Amino acid sequence: MTELELGAPTRAEVCVVAVADVFRGDGEIICNPIGTIPMIGGRLARATFEPDLAMTDGEAKLVANDEAVPAPADLVIEHFNPYRHMFDWVWNAKRHVMMGATQVDRYGNQNIAAIGDYQQPRTQLLGYRGAPGNTINHTTSYWVPNHGPKVVCEKVDTVCGIGYDRAAELGPEVARYHEIRRVVTNLCVLDFETTDHRMRLRSLHPGVTVEEVAAATGFDLVVPDDVPESRLPTDDELALIREVIDPAATREQEVPNP
Amino acid sequence: MTDKRMTEDEVVAELRSGMTIGIGGWGSRRKPMSLIRAILRSDLDDLTIVAYGGPDLGLLCAAGKVRKAVYAFVSLDTIPLEPHFRAARQSGAIEDEPWDEGLLLLGLQAANWRVPFLPTRVGLGSDLFRDNPRLRTVTSPYDDGETLVAAPALRLDAALVHLNRADPRGNAGYLGPDPYFDDLFVGAADKAYVSAEYVVPTDDLEPTVGLTRLLISRLQVDGVVEATGGAHFTSCVPDYDRDETFQKSYAASAKSAEAWAEFKSAWLDLSESDYQEKRAAEAAA
Repeated sequence: MTELELGAPTRAEVCVVAVADVFRGDGEIICNPIGTIPMIGGRLARATFEPDLAMTDGEAKLVANDEAVPAPADLVIEHFNPYRHMFDWVWNAKRHVMMGATQVDRYGNQNIAAIGDYQQPRTQLLGYRGAPGNTINHTTSYWVPNHGPKVVCEKVDTVCGIGYDRAAELGPEVARYHEIRRVVTNLCVLDFETTDHRMRLRSLHPGVTVEEVAAATGFDLVVPDDVPESRLPTDDELALIREVIDPAATREQEVPNP
Repeated sequence: MTDKRMTEDEVVAELRSGMTIGIGGWGSRRKPMSLIRAILRSDLDDLTIVAYGGPDLGLLCAAGKVRKAVYAFVSLDTIPLEPHFRAARQSGAIEDEPWDEGLLLLGLQAANWRVPFLPTRVGLGSDLFRDNPRLRTVTSPYDDGETLVAAPALRLDAALVHLNRADPRGNAGYLGPDPYFDDLFVGAADKAYVSAEYVVPTDDLEPTVGLTRLLISRLQVDGVVEATGGAHFTSCVPDYDRDETFQKSYAASAKSAEAWAEFKSAWLDLSESDYQEKRAAEAAA
C-alpha cells in the first residue's frame, strides 16, 4: 500500500503512535491506557513492537483482540481480571497505566479530584480514583487531549498522582517504583528526562511550534536546542490504525485534525 | 433454617440516622437502587456513605441524606461526572473523605479480618494525607524499616449490595463480569442486606450461578430482598443493561431545584412496585 493511497497522517494518528511509543520496551506487563486515543495507541504497540503486552476490554477481562473496542461476541479472552485483581497487578508493578489529567505540573503531579479548594471545590471531578496507588507502585504516563495553560499548569490544586518532587521528598527507597514516563498531548510529547526531572519538550507534532507549546503551558518548559518532530506513523501502522484497530475513526473526534 | 427474606422498607426500618453504610457495586453498575429508593422514602439522614460511588451516592446527596462521603470516585460511567454529587460538593453540603480505590479495598479487608489496618504504599506522597485526616503511616518492624501507609479498617454499621441471584438464607451470586467488592462490604458490616434480581431455592442457586460466582455466604447476611429490576437504572448484566435514557433524565434533574423536584415527584415519591410498573410502561411506550 502506498502513502498516497493511505493519505497523510492526521494529528490524531500522530498522537496514537506517540502513545504506542510510550509502551516501547515494557515487555510482558499490563498495558492500561485509559481514553480513546490511549487505548488505540496501546493496541497499536501490542500489534507491532510489543506483542507480549496484556490489555483489558475496559472491564474485567484481559483480551487478545487488536480492535480498540471489540464487539462482545468477538472477544478473545485471555484472563479473568476483575478490579480487585487489577490491584494485584498495580501493587506488583506489572502494569503501566496511562491516565488522563485535568491538571498536570512540571514534575508530573496530576489532579483528577477537584479544582479549587478541596474542602469546597469550585469544580468537583472524579475523585482521587487509583492515582495515588498507581504512581507510587508502577510506571505511569498521562494523556492530555486539550493542552492548555490551565491543564499543563504551574501548580495542581490537589496531588492525586504524585510527581518527581513528591517522590524525591519520600526518598529513593520509598519511591523506588515511581516513574512518570511521558505526557502525550494533542500538541507534543513531554518527558522528565532532565537532571531534576523537570518536564521537557521531547517532540513536536507536525505543524506545531515551540512558541505554540510554550503559550499553551502554564510554566517554563525545558526546551532543548533542537526539538525533533514527533514520529510519524509507518504505512503499516496507518493501515492497522485505520482498518483494524479503529475503523470507526473515533480518534478523530478526540483530537480533531487542525 | 432461617428464612431471611424481607422487604426494602423492612431493611430500612433496621437502619438508623447517623449510621455508616457501605454500598456495593461500582460506578453505575449493580447498585442496590431499590434499597436506596427505600432510604429516600424514609426519614433517615446524617448518613456516612462508603462506596465506589455512582447514582447511589448522587441520589442520597440530592435528597439531603448524606453527612459524609467516603469514596475513591463517583461516576455514572457513560456520564463521567455525577452531577448531584458535584452539586453537593460544590455547595459544601457534605463532608468529604477521599480514598484511593485500592486503599478502600484494603480498609474493607482490614475490617473483615478485624485488624486495625493493612500496610500499603498507596497514598504515600499524595494529598490524601492533606484531605483525609483518618490516614496514618506505620513503620515496618522488620529490617527494612520502611514507612508505609496504614490503611485503616473501614468498619460499617450496615452494608447494602445487589446480586443477580440469592437464596432465602442469604447465599448469593453474581452473573456479570465483575464481583466488584460486594463480599468485602458485607464482611465489613455489622448488618448486611442483600437484594437480588431473583430469590431461588438453595438447590437451584449453584446450578444457576455456577460455583465460582457464589460470592456471598449466608454466614454474613442478615436480610434478603427479592428485587427484580432492583438495580435499575444501573446495569445488572446479564439480566439487563444500564438504562441510559433514564440515567440521562436523572443527570438532567441536577440542573435546577425545579428539575430535581419534578424528577423526585415522578420517580421517587412512590412505592418500589409503582416505580417498577411505571418504568416498565415507559420502556414499552
